[in-house]
Amino acid sequence: MLAKEIEREGIPTVFVTSLPTIATMIGVNRILRGPAITHPFGLDEKERRCIVERALEMLETDIEATTVWEAA
Amino acid sequence: MVKVVHYLNQFFAGLGGEEAAGTPPTRLEGSAGPGRGLAAALEGGEIVGTLACGDDYFAEHEEEALSRLLELLAADGADVLVCGPAFGSGRFGYACARLAAAAPIPALAAMHEENPGVAATEGRAFVVPTAANVGGMRDALPRMARLALALGSGRELGPPGEEGYLPRGFRRNVRADKVGAERAIDLLLAKLAGETRTEVAGGFDRVAPPPSVTDLSRALLALVTEAGCVPQGNPDRLPAIRAQGWLRYPIAGERGLERARYESVHGGFDVTLANEDPNRLVPLDVVRALEDEGRIGRIHDTFYTTTGNGTPVAASTRFGREIATELRDAGVEAVLLSGT
Repeated sequence: MLAKEIEREGIPTVFVTSLPTIATMIGVNRILRGPAITHPFGLDEKERRCIVERALEMLETDIEATTVWEAA
Repeated sequence: MVKVVHYLNQFFAGLGGEEAAGTPPTRLEGSAGPGRGLAAALEGGEIVGTLACGDDYFAEHEEEALSRLLELLAADGADVLVCGPAFGSGRFGYACARLAAAAPIPALAAMHEENPGVAATEGRAFVVPTAANVGGMRDALPRMARLALALGSGRELGPPGEEGYLPRGFRRNVRADKVGAERAIDLLLAKLAGETRTEVAGGFDRVAPPPSVTDLSRALLALVTEAGCVPQGNPDRLPAIRAQGWLRYPIAGERGLERARYESVHGGFDVTLANEDPNRLVPLDVVRALEDEGRIGRIHDTFYTTTGNGTPVAASTRFGREIATELRDAGVEAVLLSGT
């Protein structure tokens, strides 16, 4: 619900989670599937950079409805 | 005999059309307009009085109108208040909703499900769905009468679908005939047969996605997490489950979330990996590097955190609103939010 309320304020927000189904169900718009529940931003810095880059791309992308991207 | 008070606008009460929309609250003896059809459907109930108010008067003087209507309602000593049907009419639907929500007795309002009045009840009154226009009168009145009698007699109501009202956003525990495993198999078999059902309707609203960030290299980006990430030792005692609020911590000048300084107290997953390197939950190390490289304009000096674990939707929505307000006031233009 945090993502939705922040987007309601007009600020684009990417929600990085490994449970995109739940996020989709509650109506989050920009969802990026992270690798695991215990480490949504990956284990090492290299992996993390890929995930963050994808998230930034998503922030730069106009969408019309709930969109789920894969991190890798 | 269930005593019913009926609320109508100036038009349906027979006081006049738009020229009478400024009429202040008034009371008519017995039933009026569609109230006659409603009365006929109320077996075991009777309409003792009809309250009416001009649509414009209500919209422009809501407080006075409500307080006068509630006085008139109290004087009738009714068991239940029935408002409308307002169909697709926005002003009338709104008045029905506000009055029904404010009434100290059980109340229902009838209107089309997309009438803005539905949201204006804020879950405090029952809404009987109707067609979008007056052509649905004959269909609506018996359904309104049925729910009015149930409410007025104090009978315990079943779920919205059975009783004919719109979901109010509440969930109630009920005793099922079969255990969860059997019901889950039933749902799965139904789904395999092409029928997708659920015991728990989503019922979440949708937010229109805001436009993308036009130039990230000049934008202020904030980090938010519901992964329970806090400074070592959890100085502000963020709960591991069912958090009552959220916290903010300064990260200005920090190159990453060092393991010696941060940890996760989330009680809903194994935090071993996260505590070896908290950047796995809040990627400050990488976003700081990207800030240095000019890919991101600037990182907001504060990060926001809570525990997203067993948090009720209403509480989580409140956290979101509060954090969103702070972000907006700080001029934040983009957010990376992590959840587990």
